[in-house]
Amino acid sequence: MRRLLGPLVTVLALVALNIVLPRVTNPYYFQILMLVGINIVLAVSLNLVNGFTGQFSIGHAGFMAVGAYASAMFTLKLGAPLVASWHGVPPPVAEGLALLMALVAGGLLAAGAGWLVGLPSLRLRGDYLAIVTLGFGEIIRVLILNIDAIGAARGLPGIPQYATFFWVYGAVAAVIVLARHLATSTHGRALFAIRDDEVAAESLGVDTTRYKVLAFVLGAFFAGVAGGLFAHFLSYLNPSSFTFIKSIEVIAMVVLGGMGSISGSVIAAIVLTLLPEMLRSVKELRMVIYSLMLIVLMITRPQGLLGTRELSWSGLTRLFRRGAAAKGAA
Amino acid sequence: MSQALLQLEHVTMQFGGLKAVADLDLTVGQGELVGLIGPNGAGKTTVFNVVTGVYAPTHGRILFEGQVISGQKPNRIACGGITRTFQNIRLFSRLSCLDNVCVATHPHRKVGLASAILRTPSFERDEAALKGQAMEMLEVFGLAELAAEPATSLPYGMQRRLEIARALAGKPRLLLLDEPAAGLNPQESDELMHLIQDVRRRFSLTILLIEHDMKVVMGICERIAVLDYGEKIAEGEPAAIRSDPKVIEAYLGEEAPA
Repeated sequence: MRRLLGPLVTVLALVALNIVLPRVTNPYYFQILMLVGINIVLAVSLNLVNGFTGQFSIGHAGFMAVGAYASAMFTLKLGAPLVASWHGVPPPVAEGLALLMALVAGGLLAAGAGWLVGLPSLRLRGDYLAIVTLGFGEIIRVLILNIDAIGAARGLPGIPQYATFFWVYGAVAAVIVLARHLATSTHGRALFAIRDDEVAAESLGVDTTRYKVLAFVLGAFFAGVAGGLFAHFLSYLNPSSFTFIKSIEVIAMVVLGGMGSISGSVIAAIVLTLLPEMLRSVKELRMVIYSLMLIVLMITRPQGLLGTRELSWSGLTRLFRRGAAAKGAA
Repeated sequence: MSQALLQLEHVTMQFGGLKAVADLDLTVGQGELVGLIGPNGAGKTTVFNVVTGVYAPTHGRILFEGQVISGQKPNRIACGGITRTFQNIRLFSRLSCLDNVCVATHPHRKVGLASAILRTPSFERDEAALKGQAMEMLEVFGLAELAAEPATSLPYGMQRRLEIARALAGKPRLLLLDEPAAGLNPQESDELMHLIQDVRRRFSLTILLIEHDMKVVMGICERIAVLDYGEKIAEGEPAAIRSDPKVIEAYLGEEAPA
């Protein structure tokens, strides 16, 4: 029973916040809050590939796009008619279920794409793999741009706004728990071993091929889920949301937070989503200051905010106590 | 010699025009400690790379416990019971000592990925068992107190020991040691050789040991094979190898004709 306590509390908290938050925050802040959540899912999922396994992928926006369009089409063609036909089911439940199905569909399709991209990664290393993933991301965007049935360059409007706070932050919780459990298991250690020394990992019996593909598939699945949430929150999709720049944004979150650190990715996703919004007041200097802050951060902390470490309660209290002790001594 | 554990039959490894290993026949018996020596560039490490599957031999075949293993992937061979250390230490730099050793217990896991992510009770049991095995191995090598330290923060000599501990945690039947004493001072290297003999008895291991320095292997190996330019030029007991004219020539150069 105790094992179920954590998930139960999380779900209840999410339900409560889901009801309260939209009523007490203004729409602008609420939108930022949702985008923060989606970016956390993206950053943590990319961390599985780049940070955990050391495979430099710069096509994350491509997986996000696959998930976004696939789940949007799923809802438009199947989900929404289904919701309309469910009489007597309360709308939040019906819409939630439809969204869940759409997210799984989008995630699975993105995971399939991840599997496809993961295959060349068996042969290619470092820069070469980066170029393959870059190419993949661009191919996806150009494909979408040319498929008329999903809106092409006009974009895809009218996606029902099913993604509520509950679902976005539910996905955040899911991806964090998954990454955390993976990191502290024998499978996670196999990923870290590949990152640190692939030859040595192989010599100890780690099936490096399988694990590299696994990292790509898991990372792509959650990128697809993030894409699905994005689609069902903004209710409009456009290929220009999934350019190379979006991939770079997510990489910046992973690198800034610290490669391999889950809490680092979360913090960096929050900071890098809020920063451009907070800098709106300085108008045209906004991107200059944003870039400068990134440069300064990377010079002063090249290993990222947290390095490979994790934020934990015991670590925080230790830090606090040390601070208190230092003050006491002075 | 007891029953053969590892057999190399006419193994040749060619890189373009270079024959790194040429038509090598070598047998390692169950429970033996065999030394593989030779001057720099003689092809010793290439032999290890071929046995562990880093390269597939150009010609010939390799048998382990009577089964052909040449051409298999390195991880298959490792799971099959052959692990190794590296000449230039290859530890997982961002992992702790314990986690380094834990990676090697990976093939012995009993639970799948789903169980790991859902944290089932069977996962917790398995994880504790793997950690326990790794910890035991650290204790054998006197590294237990350093379990939580990052592997690369250890002094050089301890990194060497940690790498051997890691290779042993996979419970191999054949251990390949690539210049384990390289970079150690005479006293450290002496201690390490004793430790190797010790773990060999404790885990009833078969060991194939590469060494550049002849003095080191003479003390502990029962049999020595000498490579020069990829070819085996001598094989036999340490005493015989020491006085073999071909070996002396390979190490010291040909004696000038009088």
